Amino acid sequence: MNSGDTAWVLMSSALVLLMTAPALALFYGGLVRRKNVLSILMQCFIILCVISLEWILYGYSLTFGPDTGMGIIGGLDWIGLKGVGGQPNADYAATIPHSVFMIFQCMFAVITPALMVGAFAERIKFSAFLVFTILWATFVYDPLGHWVWGTGGWLRNLGGLDFAGGIVVHTSSGVSALVMAILIGKRIGYQNQPFRPHNLPFTVMGAALLWFGWFGFNAGSALAANELAANAFITTNTATAAAGLTWALIEWQQYGAPTVLGAATGAVAGLVAITPACGFVNPMNAIFIGMLVSVFCYVAIAKIKAIFKYDDALDVFGVHGVGGIWGTIATGLFAEKAVNASGADGLLFGNMHQFLVQGLLVIVTVVFAAGMTWIIFKFVDAFIGIRAEKNDEIVGLDLTQQSESAYTIIE
Amino acid sequence: MKYIVAIIQPHKLDEVMKNLEEVDVNLMTVSNVLGRGRQKGLTEVYRGTKEVGSLLKKIKLEIAVNEDFVEPTINAITKGAHTGEIGDGKIFILDLHEVVRIGTGERGGKAIG
Repeated sequence: MNSGDTAWVLMSSALVLLMTAPALALFYGGLVRRKNVLSILMQCFIILCVISLEWILYGYSLTFGPDTGMGIIGGLDWIGLKGVGGQPNADYAATIPHSVFMIFQCMFAVITPALMVGAFAERIKFSAFLVFTILWATFVYDPLGHWVWGTGGWLRNLGGLDFAGGIVVHTSSGVSALVMAILIGKRIGYQNQPFRPHNLPFTVMGAALLWFGWFGFNAGSALAANELAANAFITTNTATAAAGLTWALIEWQQYGAPTVLGAATGAVAGLVAITPACGFVNPMNAIFIGMLVSVFCYVAIAKIKAIFKYDDALDVFGVHGVGGIWGTIATGLFAEKAVNASGADGLLFGNMHQFLVQGLLVIVTVVFAAGMTWIIFKFVDAFIGIRAEKNDEIVGLDLTQQSESAYTIIE
Repeated sequence: MKYIVAIIQPHKLDEVMKNLEEVDVNLMTVSNVLGRGRQKGLTEVYRGTKEVGSLLKKIKLEIAVNEDFVEPTINAITKGAHTGEIGDGKIFILDLHEVVRIGTGERGGKAIG
């Protein structure tokens, strides 16, 4: 047991909590119209409550519990945190209490469904959202987390690399978000009327707080206060900086002005892309990962979304799906054992095999997440109805789902 | 009595108020408003999506005056708000039927100032 490692991972857990609320809540909240800002804040906030409990009760056991034999799911041995105490679990982190590893992972389970909030923003019924979130965490996040990170998980056994969640967190939520956006349908008036962000300072503040919290997410995933954590910290900062700058430059060239929303969006895309790679690549290659993610995400959001006309309201797929897929592939290109001996070399270091494994990770995750999200949507829609009533959507979700309003005009 | 409504550029408000003070017109109501004229608003870009027809920020002044003050008020506003560029705004002059000072119940011309 190492007290430095324990302190760092506990601190990192708090940093990752901050990513969900306030960071993501503000990032998304600023982008919606003023009549829906509280619905976004509420959805992010209540996920903190609901998934924290899901994780303690059974989610941690399904994801990280002893494998049931096929590499598909963890057993129920650790439900209610049975046996998850102060003694380290050497399979996951030998130098910190098992309970510290558990609460660190809890914050990842929390933020993943929260990322999807942006896709169905401004038109989902709150009750249906709650049920969907719990089912998605149980049937998508927990199994996928087990496959990639759990002892005995089949993708982990194949040698798939995902340092901090490019696959488990971002690709899974990004792809599921696209499915949700398509199934729930477009917001009333989409593409016929302007949808302006109601508070961009919120959004920029949220993006900056995400950047801050992401050091816990990525460098914390070293699960120790060591040189690997330092490498992850530096690659994270570097890729984010490169991505934010690149996005601003693309807009400058395309529209004659670099927007702060563009710089903030690019930075978040950079954070996403470096997530699976941060503990396997060196800082110089992090620059390439960051620059290219802004190119890919920009094309996805400004061009491809316009062609297919799906209403991914706050571009969850465009940023987290595309960014997560690129980051996972990039890990297969740029990973090197010189950075992390327990990792692998990528294609650029002569290892074609790792590149193919990373490609398999992406394919499996896209198919699994999309298919399961489709099933969960149909299920919840049949019983509760997912979409808010037309009139509720027009009046705004703050008043109709939460019975409150964000801003007063008089006194 | 006239009711004068002026739509002006926000950055010209201070100058207009100074000019009005010089001709002894001190009472006014000021609001932030959105509007557009021949220039048809601005274009904004959010993540590569263009939103056209954004309304421009303007200031609306509302001033009630007796007949003697109408021309000085118009002059004060025109002088203060003029730049010669498109979007300088407009002044509308309406007939005013009655004024009531709530505090004293006074009516008409003596209630106005």
